[in-house]
Amino acid sequence: MTVNFTLLVVMAVLFAAGIYQLTERSLTRVLLGIVLIGNGANLLLLATAGRPGKPPIVTNGVAAEDYSDPLPQALILTAIVITFAVTAFMLGIIYRSWWLSRQDLVQDDTEDRRVAENLAYDAEEDAELPQETSEFATADEVANDDDGGLGVDPECATPAQAAAKRAAGRRAVDAHASALAQALRARINDHGDPEAEESPGIAKNHTEGGRK
Amino acid sequence: MIPDLTSLAPLAVTLPFLAAALTFVLRRHARAQRIISITTLSAVLALEALMLAWVWNHGASAVLLGGWAPPWGIAMVVDEFSALMLVVSSVVSLIVLIYATSQGTTDGDADGPVSVFFPAYLILVAGVSNAFLAGDLFNLYVGFEILLTASYVLLTLGGSPERIRAGTTYVVVSVLSSLLFLIAIAMIYGATGTVNLADLALKLGELPQGTQTVLHLMLLTAFGIKAAVFPLSFWLPDSYPTAPAPVTAVFAGLLTKVGVYAMVRTETLLFPANDLDNLLMWVALLTMIVGILGAVAQSDIKRMLSFTLTSHIGFMVFGLALNSQLGLSATIFYVAHHIVVQTSLFLVVGLIERRAGSSNLDSLGSLAKLAPVLAVLYFIPAMNLAGIPPFSGFLGKLGLLEAGVADGGWLAWVLVAASMVTSLLTLLAVARVWNRAFWRRAEDAEQADPMLLAAANEGVTVRTYEAVADFPESRYSDKGDVKVLPPVMVWCTGALVAVGLALTVFAGPLFSFSDRAAQNLRERTPYIEAVLGEHHEVAPERGGEAK
Repeated sequence: MTVNFTLLVVMAVLFAAGIYQLTERSLTRVLLGIVLIGNGANLLLLATAGRPGKPPIVTNGVAAEDYSDPLPQALILTAIVITFAVTAFMLGIIYRSWWLSRQDLVQDDTEDRRVAENLAYDAEEDAELPQETSEFATADEVANDDDGGLGVDPECATPAQAAAKRAAGRRAVDAHASALAQALRARINDHGDPEAEESPGIAKNHTEGGRK
Repeated sequence: MIPDLTSLAPLAVTLPFLAAALTFVLRRHARAQRIISITTLSAVLALEALMLAWVWNHGASAVLLGGWAPPWGIAMVVDEFSALMLVVSSVVSLIVLIYATSQGTTDGDADGPVSVFFPAYLILVAGVSNAFLAGDLFNLYVGFEILLTASYVLLTLGGSPERIRAGTTYVVVSVLSSLLFLIAIAMIYGATGTVNLADLALKLGELPQGTQTVLHLMLLTAFGIKAAVFPLSFWLPDSYPTAPAPVTAVFAGLLTKVGVYAMVRTETLLFPANDLDNLLMWVALLTMIVGILGAVAQSDIKRMLSFTLTSHIGFMVFGLALNSQLGLSATIFYVAHHIVVQTSLFLVVGLIERRAGSSNLDSLGSLAKLAPVLAVLYFIPAMNLAGIPPFSGFLGKLGLLEAGVADGGWLAWVLVAASMVTSLLTLLAVARVWNRAFWRRAEDAEQADPMLLAAANEGVTVRTYEAVADFPESRYSDKGDVKVLPPVMVWCTGALVAVGLALTVFAGPLFSFSDRAAQNLRERTPYIEAVLGEHHEVAPERGGEAK
C-alpha cells in the first residue's frame, strides 16, 4: 500500500495542532482541538484506501492493485456526520457554560475541592470515645465540662474556644429548630397533633453534651 | 423446525429508534410518550429473552444485514455473551424507565425539557443494543457513538450550572476516546483490510508482533476510557453524580459495562495470542484500590457509589486478565450481577434524596425509623455489592478468587488479596452510609435537612412536599402536594432489588450459562463460524490491502 506523502504531512500537522489545542483550559480551544483531531482521523481513514483514481468496481479476476477501495469513504462519511453532531452539541454546551459563568474555561468540581480540603480528622468518627464515669452527670459537671466529652478539636487551640464554637453551633441548631417548630405548629394546629405542643426535641438533646 | 430467532436481532436496535422518532414527534403528549416508550422496551426485552433462549439451545448465530455476504456486509452476532448482556441491560433499562416515568408524572413537569428525555433514553437503549450486537468494529464504533450522544443529552438535562460543568468533562473525554477508537479502526483497516470482527480474528494473528501490540493497546485504551479503568477513570465520579437519579442509575449500570464488553471481545476474539495480561492485572489492581479509597473519602452517597462503581470494574478486568476459563466465566457473571446491583443502589439513592431532601451524608439521619422500606431496599443491594454471603456479589467474587488462586502467579495472588481488601473497604463505605443516613438520629446530622428534622422531631408524617413547603429554606415551595415517595418508584426499585436477589437464587443456572459463554468466547470458532460459515478460509483479497 502506498500512502500519499502530502496527506501524511497534513495528517501529522492536524494531529499535532489538535493535541496542542486540547491541552488548553479554554473550552473553545478544546473544541477546535477535537475538530482538528477528528479531521486527522478522517484523513487517516482515507489513506487506507490506497492510491486514488481507479474505479471502485470489482469483477472476477481483477487484482487488488487495479481498483479503489470504496469502503473507507463510507466510513469517513459516517465519521464526519458523527463529529459534526458532537461538535454542534459541544458548541451548545460551551455557549451555555459561558452564559452561566461568563467564562470560557473548564470549571472545577467544587465537591472535589471540598473533599480534598476536608480534614482527615473527623470529630464524630475519629475522636476518642467520651468517657462516662457516672450514669448521670450533675448540673455542675455539665457546666464545667469544657470539651463536652468530645476530646481535642484540632481547629480550636484552647478549651474555651472549643466551648464557644460548640455553643455557637448549638445556638444555630436551636434557632433553626424553633423556626421549624413554629412553621410546623401553624400547620399542625389544624390537625391537633399532640406531639407538636412539646418544646422542640433538639434543644434538649444538645444540652446533654453529646456532640456539637 | 423452529425458525432462527436470532434474525430478530436488528429489531432490538430499530424498535427503540422508531419509538424515539415517535416520541420526539409526540413531545407535547407526555402520556403517549410514556406508553410508547414502555411498550417498546417491553417488546425489546421479550424478543431478547427469546433470542437468549434460542442461543442457549442452538449456539451463536449471525444476521447478515441487507443480505451482503461477510466480510463485506454488516453482521449482527448473537452469541451467549451478547444475548445475556442484552437481556440484563433491557431488564435494567425497562425498570429505570418506569421509575423515571413515575418521577416525571408525580412531579408534574412532563412539559418541561423533560419531553426530550424519552427520545434520548430510547436512543441510548438502541445504542447499547447495537454495541452488544455489533459484528464489526465500525458498527461497534457507531453503537458507542449512538449511546454516547444520547448520554450527553441525558447528562445535561435542564442545563443547570452543575450539570453543564459535569457534562463538559464527560463530553470531551468521551469524544476523545471515540476519536482514539476511530484512529485504531483506521489503522486496523489499513493493516488487514477488514473491519469484520470474525474476519479480523483470523487476520490479526498474522500481523507482526509489534503491529499487533500497538493496535491492541489502542483498542484497550479507547475501551478502557469507556469502562473507566484506572488511570482512565477520573471522569466518571466527576460527571455521574450530578445527573438526575434515573439517568445516573442507567449510566452506572450500562455504559461502563459496554466498555467492559468491548474489552472482553478484544481480549478473547481479536487478540487472544497477544499477551497483555500482566498489564491488565496491574490495571485491575490499581482500579480496585484507587477507586475504593476514593469511595471511602466521600460524603455524598452518589459520589461514593460512583467511586465504588469504578472500583468494581477492577474485578471484571481481573477476571479477564486471568485469561482462563474460570476467570472469564466469573467475569461474565460479575458483569451481570454488577449491572443490576449498582443500578438498584442508584435508584435507592434517588428515593433517599426525595425522602430526606439530600444525598449528602452530612444532612441525613433517622431514615431507618422514618422510611423502613427504604432501609430494606438500601440494605440488600448494599450488602450484595460488598459481597456478603449468600448474595450474588459473594458468589461472583468467590468465582474470581477461585480463578485467581487457580492461576497461582504472584500477581494473581496480589490481586486476590486486593479483591479482599476492596470488598472490605466497600463494606466499610456502604456501612458508613448505613450508620449515618439510617441509624443515627437526624438531629445529630451536621446540616440536617428541614424536611428530615420536621419528620424526626415534630412527628409529622411527610408524605407530600406540602408539609414542608413554607420552611425557612423554601426549596420545596413550588412542589405543592407532590408525593415524596411515589409508590411506583418504590415498587420499581423493589423490583430491581428482587432481580438482584433472583440472580442469587438462580446463580447455579447463570454460572453454567456464563461457563458456556466463556468457553465459546475462548474457543472463538463458534463466533467465527456463525459469521463466516464453515468455510472461512476463503476470505478474498480486497483493494488497497497492506499485506
